[in-house]
Order: sequence, then structure tokens, then C-alpha cells
Amino acid sequence: MIENWPILTIVTFLPLVGVVFLLMIRGEEAVIAQNSRNVALWVSCFTFLVSLALLIGFDMDNPGYQFEERAEWLGDTGISYHMGVDGISMPFVLLSTLLMPLAILASWNAIQHRVREYMIAFLVLETMMVGMFVSLDMLMFYLFFEAVLIPMFIIIGVWGGPRRVYAAFKFFLYTLLGSVLMLVCMLAMYIEVGTTDIPVLSAFSFGVGMQTWLFLGFFASFAVKVPMWPVHTWLPDAHVEAPTAGSMILAGVLLKMGGYGFLRFSLPMFPHASEFFAPLVFTLSIIAVIYTSLVALAQSDMKKLIAYSSVAHMGFVTIGIFTMTEQGIAGAMFQMISHGLVSAALFFCVGVVYDRLHTREISAYGGVTAVMPRFAVFFMFMMLASVGLPGTSGFVGEMLVLVGAWKASSWVAFFAATGLVLGAAYMLWLFRRVMFGQVVHEKVEAMPAMERREFAIFVPLTILVLWFGVYPSSLLDVMEGSIQLVLDGMAASGVSLMAGK
Amino acid sequence: MDFNMMQILPALPEIFLAGVALVLVLVAAYGGEGAKNARRVTNIALVGIAIAFLMLINRDAPDSLAFGGMFAADDFATYMKVLVLLGTFAALLMAMRPLGDDDINKPEFSLLVLLAVVGMMLMISANDLMSLYMAVELQSLPLYVVAAMRTNSLRSSEAGLKYFLLGALSSGILLYGASLVYGFAGTTSFEGIAAAISAGDLPVMFVIGMVFMISGLAFKVSAAPFHMWTPDVYEGSPTPVTALFAIAPKVAAMALMMRLTYGAFGSISFEWSQVLVALSITSMVVGALGAIMQSDIKRMMAYSSIAHMGYALAGLASGSVDGALGVMIYMTGYIFMGAGTFAIILLMRRDGQSATKIVDLRGLSKTHPILAIGLMIMMFSMAGIPPLAGFFGKWYVFLAAVQAGLVPLAVVGVVMSVVGAFYYLRIIKLMYFEDTDNPLDADMAMANRLVLGISMGVVLLFFAGLGSLLDTAGVATTALMSVR
Repeated sequence: MIENWPILTIVTFLPLVGVVFLLMIRGEEAVIAQNSRNVALWVSCFTFLVSLALLIGFDMDNPGYQFEERAEWLGDTGISYHMGVDGISMPFVLLSTLLMPLAILASWNAIQHRVREYMIAFLVLETMMVGMFVSLDMLMFYLFFEAVLIPMFIIIGVWGGPRRVYAAFKFFLYTLLGSVLMLVCMLAMYIEVGTTDIPVLSAFSFGVGMQTWLFLGFFASFAVKVPMWPVHTWLPDAHVEAPTAGSMILAGVLLKMGGYGFLRFSLPMFPHASEFFAPLVFTLSIIAVIYTSLVALAQSDMKKLIAYSSVAHMGFVTIGIFTMTEQGIAGAMFQMISHGLVSAALFFCVGVVYDRLHTREISAYGGVTAVMPRFAVFFMFMMLASVGLPGTSGFVGEMLVLVGAWKASSWVAFFAATGLVLGAAYMLWLFRRVMFGQVVHEKVEAMPAMERREFAIFVPLTILVLWFGVYPSSLLDVMEGSIQLVLDGMAASGVSLMAGK
Repeated sequence: MDFNMMQILPALPEIFLAGVALVLVLVAAYGGEGAKNARRVTNIALVGIAIAFLMLINRDAPDSLAFGGMFAADDFATYMKVLVLLGTFAALLMAMRPLGDDDINKPEFSLLVLLAVVGMMLMISANDLMSLYMAVELQSLPLYVVAAMRTNSLRSSEAGLKYFLLGALSSGILLYGASLVYGFAGTTSFEGIAAAISAGDLPVMFVIGMVFMISGLAFKVSAAPFHMWTPDVYEGSPTPVTALFAIAPKVAAMALMMRLTYGAFGSISFEWSQVLVALSITSMVVGALGAIMQSDIKRMMAYSSIAHMGYALAGLASGSVDGALGVMIYMTGYIFMGAGTFAIILLMRRDGQSATKIVDLRGLSKTHPILAIGLMIMMFSMAGIPPLAGFFGKWYVFLAAVQAGLVPLAVVGVVMSVVGAFYYLRIIKLMYFEDTDNPLDADMAMANRLVLGISMGVVLLFFAGLGSLLDTAGVATTALMSVR
């Protein structure tokens, strides 16, 4: 019975049902606010539970698409309603559904005005994110990919910090400019193949010359999303101005859309162009890793520092993907999931202290460990996971990427490893300045201890980071088959994979 | 030619509306002055439009010609006329309230609009240079008058005069082009022109005539560089009139342009395609850049409509079946976006006076949450953000453009849509990110709510109905193409 349910459709659109409930709430403003929080939390929790069915029902021996759903949409034009997940997209779906209740919990007290609208924006965002990961039709993918901008623009612009308008516009226009170029390429692909079905497109071999243009178009979009240097400048602004939960989702899921796009479109559909442009991607990624790490060192704003560290970490992801080795791609995937958990937790760490002191300046803190010892444990753990301490998920991803990079080019591996050292430097230094030392500010001394709610956000993230760090094959096994399928497809189209060079 | 009743039957909706208009002349003249009579006339006009609408959608006759081939009644005409009637109905419905308390409470208003509607419907069905010109003039003359309806306002009179002068100029250009085409083709019928083209080499002057005709029509759709009148007329006209301008005549002029290019000049699409590419690119650029600096929302909407016509022309420029389909999908989304947006602009009033500065929208999300959500959806849709209606229009016109090898046009188009997104976002910013201490009036007319609600529904759920819309538009395109 349950096997026949359109589980992906349910997971995707369940949050919209929550939106309907939210719209029906009536009463005093305070009542509306409290009920909105509850409804949003329960709906997102329920969505997460339903999405666990994907995990339970997932067949790890099947590298292809599972839970496939297909329905007619635009007649016989080759565009249909097609959903499905494989080992690459399934972890992202779960990441999205997991982070959403946590993000809602994180904004429990921080958001005090227009709570209902806020929760609506987040639930709509969840639908768009999940829909993007499960779409197996290119037009559907694009609809969800772009529609994410609408709720995020509103979230940054309405509930953001002092420069929120600038940040929201920059975020929107930057991403839109990248996406529309991808749109033109999608049109060209649709005309060439006659369908927007992703599996069909992956099996189609485009001419080498056309691949180049298509790759560049898609690259424009995904590079902005990832973001890669030099188009990363929207990210620090967006992160600094976004509310805590917005940053969590932005870093946790939205950045992954770019990496996912590379794996779903660029590599399988444009293998020759991917090979041709791999050195360019490596160069940009290395610059990103080293340059943004140095920039992170110079930051005085905690959130901005973590934002720059995200750019550096995503640099690892793009390196891993374009090594086109099994280790590299698996490492990139692992790094994305790990970064999704860790960066969300780190942004929440900033949120925790920000809620108490209302400043993100590093110099305003110091000695927080003495005041909030429990918080210090979580923060330190997440900081170390971000640095890549063995035993945390961060280590596995970086390690695998470096192995893959070494296979592709030892220079790439060398520079990437340099980034690791710098990463350790800025994170440890941040921790030292915020958490250790004497309490010099009176306000810091008055900071209340951690609430149960905050505890409830940290615990699942910590368990997962630890779990993936200690037992990485639980995640690697899921994606291994699908990654191998991508690589097999590339090898079949005649790309000389770099492994062994 | 013997007169035969059957010959004029295909034009029955038009004839009916013309009859209603004639009756309304009497009602307007003898029903007394003022708001009450103005409302009465409007009500009758609305009923007339509704009946004509029903006549249209129940048309099950095969494609046919009337008036000796001057009038084509086919699925394409039906489709476009339905759009025109829907748009006009919405505009008239929303004009009801302002008719009461503005200084445009003249019974002639709805009468003139109804005459213009007859003109627009004839434009859509025009299948001959003669009927083309007559229809264009029948549509234009009443609109010149309603633009200047607010007689004690300098801006309104200026708008009317400007519209009249430039409109007359464009009619002249159109007529000049038509005379050249007639001179070389030896016939005024579209089929005849098409036959003359395929029969043999026509001199270059024929092509020049064709370009003149396209330019004349470009005035009517307000495509750059023939757009000069649009911002002033939009801003100066009374807002209900602007709402009408923004929706209905554009559809009619675009339909006429399609019938002329695909029908009469169908086999030399490479000749007119270049002209349309140029028109399309300039419109997209002028529309996107021009709107940025505007402080009046009506003026901004004028530039926005210029940009939208640029996108629609990008589909037309491809000269293909898919191009025609794209334009039809685009125009369908466009009238709902336009109607929804103007439903809100018409409600922008402060202390009983209309307030149309963009900054008047400040803080709208707090004072009028429903209006703010509606306008936000319309703005995102106009910016072409999926999954709203505006996106699918762009998808189909650019699909046709890329298919016809016009990739640079598509690239310019999508980049300009990003520039355009900037000013649409600015409105959302004012509504959502800022506060106001001087809110707009609270009352929301039922008519506007209705129009806004329907438009929002269509724009939001466009993707759901797209499958059947494509079928309908596909049938209509086949009808358009069969003339060739």
C-alpha cells in the first residue's frame, strides 16, 4: 500500500499544506504568532518524518532513480511532471527536511514581528528546496531553482539586519543573472533533444562545440549559487544581513544547489566540456579556498567570518567534483552534507550569542566559556568539525577530496591543503577570541545560560556530525552507486578521466 | 456581390457590440449628466461585453471569412478577442467606482470604450488592408478622447493631444506603407498579397512598404523606438483609462501584427524578422532601463509594458509557428498581470485623491496585506520569476527565438529581464521592507478585489492550466498559419 504512494510529491508539497493552515489562523496578534510557530514547527517535523520513508525505502544497490513518479503536464511537448531520487539527491532531501524544523526552532524567540509571514516564507522555501532536489524534469528543476529566490528575498529583506535591502537585492539579482543564462541553455537543449527529461538528457550526447556553450551557461548559474570566486560577493552580504535561520538554510541547503547542479547537469550532460574546463574550475576553487580563508582571518564580524569560511569550504566541493574521480566526487558530496550540518550549526552558534548581546562583533565578546560552558562545548565541537578534525564529518569530506585532487593533480592537492591550514587558523582564532580569555565586558557576564530549545537544535546536528565522522560509510554507501553511474557515463562518452594521470 | 445574411454572421459579436454602442449613445445623451448615468452606461456596456464574450466562446462554426474576405473569423481571432474582452471587462468593472467620484463621471466614457472594443475586435479579424486601417482608426479615435477625459486636468489634455498627434502620425505611416504594398501587390487582401509574394519577385519598395506598416503598428503596441507617447499617456490619462490602455489595445495590436506578418507576409519572414528583432531588442532595453528612474507607478508601468511588448515581439521575430504560440501564451499571461496590477494601482488613494507615486506604496504590507501580496505576486510574475505566469510567457517566446537561431536576441532578453527585475523588486522593497506613517485609504472596491483575486489565481496557477492552454493556443496558431 505505502509503496505506491507518491512519497516525493507528498514530501515536496506537505509544507504548502502548512501554509494553508497558517493562513487560516485567526485571533490576537500574540496568539497568531505563537500558533504560527507551532504550526510551522509541527508541519516541518512531520515533513521530516515523512521524508524518512525515503531513507527506509531506499535501495542502496540501485544506482538509478528510485521512488519515480511521472505524470502528464504539458501534453506531448516532452515536458512532464517527473520526480525521483538517487544516491546523489536523496541525502540533500533529508538535509533540507532536517534543517527546516531546526531553523524554525532557531527563530522561535528571535523573530517577534510578522511571525506568520515569516513561517509562511520558510515553509514555501522548504517546498522549493525539496522540489528542486527531486525534480527529474529540467523545466521543473528550473521552476524550483528560481522560485527559491522569492521566499529568500523576502526573508532577508524583511527580517534582516540594517543593510538588508542592499543584501536582498544583491542576492536576488546576482543569482537571477546567473540563472537566466542557464535558462537560455536549457532552451537550446530542449530544442536539440525535444524533451526536458533529465535522464534522457543525461543519456544524450551533445556535440562537443555545443557542450562548451551549454557548460558555460550552466556554470554561470551554479558558480553563483555555490558560490565560486569571483562571484561570491553576494554571500557575505546575504549572510550577515539574513536572520539566523535564514543563514542556516542559506548555508545549509541553498549553497548545495550549485554543487548538486554540477553533479546532475554539468558532469553527466557535458562531459567533454567538464573535462576541458576542469583546470579553470580548479584555479577558481583554489583562489577561493586560499583567498577567502585569508579574508576570513581579517573579519571582525563573526557571521561574515563564517560566511567566508563557507566559500572556502565550497571551494573544496567544486575541486572534488571536477577531479572526476570517485573519491573526489564522493568527498565533495560528503563535504556538502557535512558542511550543511556544520555551517548551519555554526550560524546558529552566532545566533545564540547574538540573541543575548545583539552584536556580532568579535571584540564585544571574550570569555564566553566561563558564562556558557555548555554552549562552549557545542561551539567547539562544530568549530573543530569545520576545521576537519578526524572523528567529525568534516574530516572525511576533506580527506576524500584531497585524495581525489591528488589523483587529478598534486598541485591542486597542495594548494587545497594550504587552505585547510588557513581554515584551522581562522576558526581557532575566532574561537579563542570569542570564547576564551577573561570576561572583559559586563554584558557578557550577564548572558543567560543555554535554553532547552537551543539544546534541542544542537543535539541532532552534533549526533549526525559525529555519526558521519565515525561511520562515514553509512552515507558513502548511499551515494556510491549513483556517483559510479555518473563516472561510467562520462567514461562511456570518451572522456579520459583523470584518475591515474 | 449579392448580399447574403450568412456573409456577415461570423462578425455577429462585433455587430452586436456596435449595436449596443449605438443604443448607448441614446442612453448617454438622454439619461442625464453625472455619475448615475455614467454607471448605467457602464453597466449596459458590461452586459454587452459579457454577451459578446459568450457568443465568442460558443462559436462552433468553421473558420470563415466575411464581408468579401475582409473579415476573418477563426480560432486565432476567437482566442485574441477573448483576451481583449476579458481585459476590457476588467478595466470597465474597475472604472465603476472612480466614475462616481472622479471628475471623469461622464456617460460617454463607457460608450467610447465599447466603440474602441469593436475596433479592437475588428483589428484582430482584419484580413485586408482596408479593414485593417478602418479597424485601427475605430480603435484609436475613441481612445484619444478617453485619454483626455479629465477635461480640467492639464496632464490629461496633454496626454490626449499627444496620443492623438503621435497616433495620427503612426496611422499616416501605416497608411503610406499600406498604399505601397497595395501598389506593388495589386490587391488589398492578405491572401492576395501572400499570393503576389509567392508569384514572383517584388521590388524593394514593396519591402519598404511592409516595414512602414510594421512601424505603424509598432506605435500601437508601443514598441521602442515608437514608444514616445506611452509614458506620457499612461501618466496623464485618468487611471481607469490607463488600466484599459495597458491591457486591451496591446493585445489587439499584437494580434493584428501577427496576422499581417504571418498571413500577408508569411513567406518572406526573413525580411520582417530583422525588423522585429530590432524592435524587440530596443523595446526590451528601453523598457528595462527607462523604468528604473521613474517615480510614478503609472509611468513605470508604461515602461514595463514597453519591455513586455519587446519580449512578445521576440517570439514574433522568430517567424515560426512556435513563435506565434509563444506570443499568445505571453499575451495571455500579460493581460492577467496587467489587470491584477492595475486593480491595485486603482486602489492607491489617499484622502480620496488618487496617489500614484511609487513611494506611496511604502509599508503597504502592514496597512493592506492582501494588496501587498497581490502586487508582490504580480511584480514577481512580471519579472519572469517561476512558477508564475510571466515566466512561462518568456519561456515560450525565447524558446521560439532560440529555435529560430536568434540566440543573441534571447540572451539580450534574459539579461534585460534581470535589469527589469530590479524595478519590480523596488516595489516589493517599498511594500515589505519599509514602513509608512501616511497609509493609503482603507476601502477596497469589490470590483477591484474580484479582478485582483482572479488575476492572482490565474498568475499563481498558470502552470497547472498550461497544458490545456497550449492545446487551445496551438489550435489558434494553426488557424493563423492556414492563411499562408
